[in-house]
Amino acid sequence: MLPAALTGLLASAPPGVDEALELTDGLDAVLTDGLARPGAEGARALGDLAAATGSSPLAAPVREAVSSVGSGPVSAASLAALAGARTALTGAVHDALLAVLDTALGRTRAEAHAPAAPAAAPAPELEGARAWLTELAVAGWRGVDRDLAAGADAALTPLLEDPARRRLAVLLDGLGAELRAHCPLSGDQDPPARRWGDLWARAVLLAQDAFPAWPGAPAEEVSGRLLPLGADLHQHPTAFQVQVHALLEPSGGGPARLVRTSVSALKVDVLTRESVWGLVAEHAALLGALAEHRALEVEGMPLLDGGDLVWHDDRARKGEPADRFTAARLHLSGAAAPAVPALERHPARIAEPVLLEGYAAKRTTGPVPGLALDLDGARLPVSLLRSPDSSSLDVKAAASSGACIGLMRWDAGQWSVQLLGVAAKKAPAGQTHTADWALGPTDPKSASALRKSDPLGTLRERAGKLLRR
Amino acid sequence: MVPTVHGRRLGKVPYVELADGRVQGVVSSGSAGERVYVSSVSADSRTLSCATNNNRPCGGLRGAPCKHIRSLIDEACRHYGAERVAAYLRMDAGQDAKDALMGLQGPVEPGPTGVVFTRFLRYLSYLEHPGTTAPIPEMHWFPAGRSA
Ligand SMILES: [Zn+2]
Repeated sequence: MLPAALTGLLASAPPGVDEALELTDGLDAVLTDGLARPGAEGARALGDLAAATGSSPLAAPVREAVSSVGSGPVSAASLAALAGARTALTGAVHDALLAVLDTALGRTRAEAHAPAAPAAAPAPELEGARAWLTELAVAGWRGVDRDLAAGADAALTPLLEDPARRRLAVLLDGLGAELRAHCPLSGDQDPPARRWGDLWARAVLLAQDAFPAWPGAPAEEVSGRLLPLGADLHQHPTAFQVQVHALLEPSGGGPARLVRTSVSALKVDVLTRESVWGLVAEHAALLGALAEHRALEVEGMPLLDGGDLVWHDDRARKGEPADRFTAARLHLSGAAAPAVPALERHPARIAEPVLLEGYAAKRTTGPVPGLALDLDGARLPVSLLRSPDSSSLDVKAAASSGACIGLMRWDAGQWSVQLLGVAAKKAPAGQTHTADWALGPTDPKSASALRKSDPLGTLRERAGKLLRR
Repeated sequence: MVPTVHGRRLGKVPYVELADGRVQGVVSSGSAGERVYVSSVSADSRTLSCATNNNRPCGGLRGAPCKHIRSLIDEACRHYGAERVAAYLRMDAGQDAKDALMGLQGPVEPGPTGVVFTRFLRYLSYLEHPGTTAPIPEMHWFPAGRSA
């Protein structure tokens, strides 16, 4: 990205973003105090929400939901309408942000296909989730006690069995763990209202019978050479996901395509840092290519509309060594970007691969110590929140870097870059990437410590003994 | 987000949690290979409990913590940090957290053995579910970041 484009991007939010977020903040304040007692300010915020969606297909259900709040029990349909209105607003914010980012990057994005078809059958296993999400909304974050927080377990247990319900199960578990850790809130403590509002609204949508099982169906099958750019790592106490951003060179020719491929596993809280990689070890070709900086040859791999390559390790084999910076320099600026599936549009999903070079990394003091990349005066913060501890890419490596491959993010109302890999300023051949430990830590001390403690092996052995008797 | 936990010696204490107003968990028996003890300390009255998973009371628990409870507290501190454990048990804020926890005293009462052991089995069952390769976009809200 050119410094001038970055300066423009960082200067101001696109028109409408602040106004839309004011509306969702209004709903989040109502969710903080609980739908049972919205108060005068809450009623005004709900009225604004109804007015804002007044010319959309959501108009009637939202109007009905808003008028029902505060008078008797809250219906499931009302909750879905409120979550839908909030999602429409965050979706619009996403679109505005991604459009200015695409412009700054000179990136061409595919036109969105029609949304995935709704699931047809009713899903009784979702009832527990809907009931818990309703109780949360009625009580409000300030009213969540230990028992209500623990209700996540009962809501998600029937969903764990079915891998097709993994999205909702993992989301409820993550939200439940946060509520258990922080609730009941002490009187002077404010909840992370926007964050919990985001999680709640997405969960309500995922808990609807009609929510499509696949984000961007239907899939086409693709073959070609896959050049990984880097790995974005996600985890909460009971889940771990590796999302690899890569360039696909289709075997039939044509421009390289930006794709993402994800592998995930359920886990337990004590598995963190270097011990998480063992959870996804079954995807040996993918992890091998990540650890050894190689390309992959894929054959007949399903690719969803949203750019998600559905990984089948048996349809891939490790290819030649491939330098990620070389791949990014050659292909990233002309690569075709996929459309974002309608129901996934949210600022948190913005994760656009970029190559940044010729910057000066500067430590910042600010309210909290941080790091920023200075590109000819334009200062792009490095997201430390998204800098994983399960890799050797630490702040020190980032601070001494001269080039990076990263993801452009929009967190907490500002742009930042999440680092996937860096090249040292003094010796550009020296690279550090987030997935260098995919096959185990590369430094001997950590490797032998992990072999010795082997937390995953120890727990799996116990599980084998106790659960399969 | 949830504060990241640190490792613990899983061979010794395969399960620990701060839940239901207690520090509770499962502790491996020092001697008999397979046997485990379910131990807990409650926050409100510092009630101590320890029994095998078959509900046989621990012979070493008499007013002062038995070796299982001491292991549980040690590993809970390793896992969550002594400050968080002491705060959960509402120990005196003035005292050093680790010292306060080591001086723990309280009445002995039968604990929630069955409940904790069932939660331990549920915990282990997370490792038995197959992984998926369908994308989970919701995980973007849970970056594997360094908690400062
Ligand atoms: Zn004992």
